[in-house]
Parts: sequence; structure tokens; C-alpha cells
Amino acid sequence: MANTISIRRAIAKASTEPDVIAAVRKWKNKRGSLIMVLHEIQNARGYVPRDVSLYLAEELEVPLARIYEALTFYHYFKLEAPGKAVISVCTGTACYLKGSPALVDEFVKETGAEVGSSTPDKLFHLQCVRCVGCCGLAPVVNVNGKTYGKLTPADIKKIVHEWRERFAGEIAPEEAHPIADES
Amino acid sequence: MINAKINGIDIQVEPGTSILQAAHKAQVKIPTLCYHPDLPPTAACGICVVKVKNAPNMMRACTTPITEGMEITTQDAEIVQIRRSVLEMILSNHPNECLNCLRNGECELQSLAEDFGIFRTRLPKIITNVKSDASTKSIVLDPKKCIRCGRCTVVCQEKQNVWALSMKYRGLHSVVSPAGDIELADSPCVRCGQCSAHCPVGAIYEYNQTEEVWKALMDPEMHCIVQIAPAVRVTVGESFGFAPGQNLTGKLYAALRRMGFKKVFDTNFGADVTIMEEASEFVDRFCNSNGPIPLITTCCPAWVDFMEKFESDMIDHFSSCKSPQAIVGALTKSYYAEKMGVPAEKIFMVSIMPCTAKKFEIVRAKEMFASGHQDIDVSITTRELARMLMQAGIEFPQLPEEEADSPLGQYTGAGTIFGETGGVMEAALRTAGYLLTDENSEDLEFDDLHTLDGVKEMVVNVAGNDIKICVAHGLKNVEDVIDRVRAAKVAGEDPPWHFIEVMACPGGCVGGGGQFWGVTDDIRKERSKGLTQDDRNAEIRRSHENPDVQKLYKDFIGKPLSDKAHKLFHTHYVPRSQYKR
Repeated sequence: MANTISIRRAIAKASTEPDVIAAVRKWKNKRGSLIMVLHEIQNARGYVPRDVSLYLAEELEVPLARIYEALTFYHYFKLEAPGKAVISVCTGTACYLKGSPALVDEFVKETGAEVGSSTPDKLFHLQCVRCVGCCGLAPVVNVNGKTYGKLTPADIKKIVHEWRERFAGEIAPEEAHPIADES
Repeated sequence: MINAKINGIDIQVEPGTSILQAAHKAQVKIPTLCYHPDLPPTAACGICVVKVKNAPNMMRACTTPITEGMEITTQDAEIVQIRRSVLEMILSNHPNECLNCLRNGECELQSLAEDFGIFRTRLPKIITNVKSDASTKSIVLDPKKCIRCGRCTVVCQEKQNVWALSMKYRGLHSVVSPAGDIELADSPCVRCGQCSAHCPVGAIYEYNQTEEVWKALMDPEMHCIVQIAPAVRVTVGESFGFAPGQNLTGKLYAALRRMGFKKVFDTNFGADVTIMEEASEFVDRFCNSNGPIPLITTCCPAWVDFMEKFESDMIDHFSSCKSPQAIVGALTKSYYAEKMGVPAEKIFMVSIMPCTAKKFEIVRAKEMFASGHQDIDVSITTRELARMLMQAGIEFPQLPEEEADSPLGQYTGAGTIFGETGGVMEAALRTAGYLLTDENSEDLEFDDLHTLDGVKEMVVNVAGNDIKICVAHGLKNVEDVIDRVRAAKVAGEDPPWHFIEVMACPGGCVGGGGQFWGVTDDIRKERSKGLTQDDRNAEIRRSHENPDVQKLYKDFIGKPLSDKAHKLFHTHYVPRSQYKR
């Protein structure tokens, strides 16, 4: 019963949040608009929280299971708040052949984040993305909109250090969620 | 009609027929894995590929409709080679745990691997390491063994409209799971078990409690008693080579005694008691306006769970009467215990059910402890029973026919049809007619109620009263019925029906989630016929004429709906949240 009450509270709270209200109002009566609503939440918050999904399920009359099928099918959506520095390692064909898998390994080692997840302190989020459109610089890494090209594993430590320093001084990220993974 | 050729044989089929269906008609077997006749094809596995003349590549027989003049080849060396490769790829994501798997010997993937002679592993194994989920204590989800055919999600979403299961992520990472990072018990799952009955492999199966039963049977202190559900008697034979629908009641009683049960009772007796209470409840509401109309039946625990989660505004319409299983449980540990002088705490009550949700029903509310103890200790499915019979080394086909034990074993034809769609309604009408008129109507059979149509409606005239009834099975169909009742209520109109029977599983309990794998509508019909025949052959066919039921009311309960009846035979319902997390 306690669970039932807490879940009702979470849904009630989600229903009062301005971005949720705006997204629902905009899309509610249009068929097949689940993805658009989820996009708006993702763009506003960097992820789609569970309480918002629970509320959307009721309000849009879409089963929660269907919402999670969409949220997990497209890599664009995140289910948890990502870290402040979002590291996107390109694993498109050119970058892959030029050695991006070794860069990924190095980032895992240096940050402690697994691919697709964030560090416990929410400082770093590590993800692999498809072609970012600058194959001439392969292998390429992008952190919060800043692009690093022609990298070797030896360069990674420096990049991680740079972003650790920036957030130690509480410098806001240039762009919160710059790169969508294959969506 | 469309003309085509399969392997050089001329065929004629209706437009829209798939190559697979047409091949079946032409007695050509195309191997399948993800396909199930109950469900729309998903083309997930690729085993059923065939060649179509002038087509650029091979086509999947399950989803390709036949077109005029099509020339199809279903077997040649190249097709066999492709099918073998598909199987090898599926097996490369499937653990080699056949010996430790509950589906060992009953697995569709295993038997295809055998047919195609996959004796070695050429590809590296990539196994998804997702832990199994037994949280419902009714069904176990083991995604590690899943071949991603999608049958379970389609049946859960499209047929049952429960949406507990979904296919999360994609490709190699796709996994069958409830929505989010939660366990099944925290999801809307109603434990109907249709996912487990449709799974081709050991990825979803019943929560196995056979060991608990063996342990109780080994305990000399325990007085072990068993009851068997209506639908079990016409299905258990399927694992011993009997045809579906063969009624094996007598042999089953004998087998259970040989396993060590001290008393063998029959859930059908409980069904007769359910009818006494439910028919009285109906007459009370219909004639005395003592409660809202329509009255909706509640013998089906998956339906009860569904209603509490999805239709809780209908609680007032629910019969408060317990299911036959629960009634036999409560009576065993009260009436029988008192009569025989056996302490209730020494009784170990096992129920054998066609159903995974019955495992939850026995603890779902405080009324399931009406005797002062947990009325039923363990509920096992037909599949678990069959395994126990195999383990016991009982030569089931050769057993003599025996009788059930008194006082909770004798049943009428009305009790036995509880296991098929329409049966509860038919049984209730026989007794309601008597309660309304004090006379038995000769109108006993309502054949139209036994068909596999999802929703069946009828108007029955009893003593000048037109009683509008409705029978629905398969939860998607049930929801449509409930929506109509709700719409009438909102519009202030008369209810569309007076009395509604609901069973969650297609076909009713004969198609239950705990029954044998591989059920189709043809098999459901045969099983159903077995129960109908058991009734048509019975000497006594009205619940209120069961002599042991009459004795029970005379000696112990008093009248239907009396205080004592309420204490032992009735329960209550509460709205429940679909998601707990």
C-alpha cells in the first residue's frame, strides 16, 4: 500500500510540471505522437524520468510498456539523468577503423563510467555514437559539443582531466546534450 | 480463389492466405519457430523461408500471402542449408543448459535442433546475462533463454491487454521485460500464464512447486490431501499419449492415491458449492435488488487480479463468492477436519489447477485463511502434476479407475463444466432457474455458450423473466464487455446484461496458462468437448442436487449466503495499483 501511495504522489507531481503540461497539451490529441512528447521531455531534461512516463501513460492512454519499448528502442532517449560531461565516442566506420574502440576502453578506465552509463558522482556520461560527420578527423570524440580529432589512447587522460577541472570550477557545459545517438 | 503451386502441386486458396497456411492445407510441412497459430505472425525467426519463382530472395512463409500464379518451393538442399544457419545463429545466443531446463524434451528449439542435426557449435556463444525473475511466484521469466520470438509479448499485449511484458531495447540486446527496471510482481501482470503456455522454449514457465509437494508427502506427520480442477482431467493425458479431451478422472484419482495422498477430493465439488452461493447471489440481486446488476463471476483468479488493477470501479458488480479451489480448501480444513478429528494444522492441502494464477489466489486476501490456517498450502499446475506422475513411475495409462473420497469428492455435471468457457454460466442457470421457480427446468444445455467466440450473448427465459447473459473469455474480449457495461452505467441506461461469466484465458480453463504447451483452438475444442461430455453423461447435472452438497448445507453451513457461508465461501476485493514501482 505504501508503494501505491508513493507512486500516486510521484505521478501527481509529474502532472504539475510545466514542461510536461506543455508537451501533453501540444500533442495529446494527435495520433501517433508518443515519440514527439518523449522528445520534448528528453530535450528539456536530458532524460525521461519514470514518474513522467507513468503520468504520460495515464494521460495519453498509452500502456507504460509501450512507452518503455520506445524509450529503449531509440538510443536518443535516456532513462536516467546523464553526467555533466557527456563523452560521445564516434564508432562510425571511419573512426572504428582508425581505432575508436581503444579510445572507448581508455575512457572507461579513466572515468570509471561504463558505455551507456554515468559515473556515480554524475560527472561523466560515456556513450558511443554513429558517424558525427567529420570523418577526416577520425577517430573523433565529442564532449559537450567540443570536438577532439585524430586521437590516440594516450590523449584520453588529458581530455578527462580537462573536464574534471572545468566542473571542479563549476563551469556550465556549453551545450547540455549535443549529440543524439542513432535515433 | 487464388491458384498457385507448392512443390509442383496445384493448390487453390482464399485471398490473404499465407504460404505457411497454404502449405499446411497441401500437407507440406514448413518448419516454424516464432509462429504460433493463436497469434499474428511476426516473422522474427526466419526458419520458415521458402523460394518463390522469380523472387529476388527467399521469402518467409508465415508472413507472405500467396498471389495468383505463385510457384513455391519449400524444400531443397539450399533451403535446408539456410534454415540450418538460422538455427545455428539462434542457438549461438541460447545457453546449452537443456539438461537443467524445465522444458527439456518439450522444447520447440530443441526439437528443431534435433531435426536439423545441429550436433556441433560453430559460432561463438553470446548469452544475454539477465537474471531470472520469480517475483510473481506464479510464473518465472528467464530472459537468458529467450529467443526473442515475441509470442509472449503479443499474447500479453494483444490477446490479454495486460501489457505486463514488453520487448525492451533492440537487436542482440532486446529483452522481454516489464516496463522499466522492475520485477514482474511490481508490474500489471495478472499471472494468467498465457505467456508461459505460448513460450516455445524455457524462457517463461510456471513457478515449479513439485518439490514442496514431495516434501509434504514424505512427512509422516502430514495428512496430505489433494483436489483436482475440472479442466485437469481432460488434459493431463496429453503427456501420456492420450488425445486432448480424453476424460481420465478415475485414473487420476488412482494415481494421486498411489503418490501418497491420504484423501482425494475434487474441485468440482467446490464448483457445485460455488453455484449454490453464486446463483443465490444472482437471484438475490435480480429479484430483491440486493446489489448491482450485472453480477460478474469471480472463479478466475487472473480475472480478479485484472479487475482489481484495471476495472476497480466494477468491484460492486463482482460476486463475492470464492472460487471452487478456495471453497474446497476452506472446507477441508474446517468441515472435513472437524468431521474426521484431524487437526487442521496437520493437513497439507494441495490443489492441481490448469492455472498459474491459482498459485497467487491462495494467498490473495485474508479470506483465503478462513479455516484459521492457510486453506490451501500449495497449488500446482497440470504440467507440474504430469512431471510428478512421471517421477513417481506411475504407469498412468494402465491404472484402474477409482472414485474420489467423501465428503468433498462427489460432483455433478454442472461442476465439471466449470473448466470451459460458458460452463459456469450454464451451471448457474440450472440452479438459478430452480431458485426462482422451485422447479427444475428441463432446459439444461446451452450449446451456444460453449463455442470459442470471444463474446457470447443470450437471453434466457426463466419463469417469465428474460435474463440477459453474456459469456466472455480472453481478457481483451472481457474488457470490451466491461466497457459496454460502464458506458450504459454512465448514460443512465439499463445494463446490457444481467449476468456475466468471465474467464481470462481463451477457451476458459481448458486453455489455461498451466496447461500443456502447444495449445491451439482445435485442441481447446477437444478438451472442452471432453468436459461437456462428462456433464452430458452425468446422472446428476444440477449443483443443488449433489447429495453431499445438500448434506454439507444441512449439517454444517445452513443456507446459502448465511453467516457461516459468508465466513467460509466469500471474499472481498480492493482496487490495486497497476505498477508498484
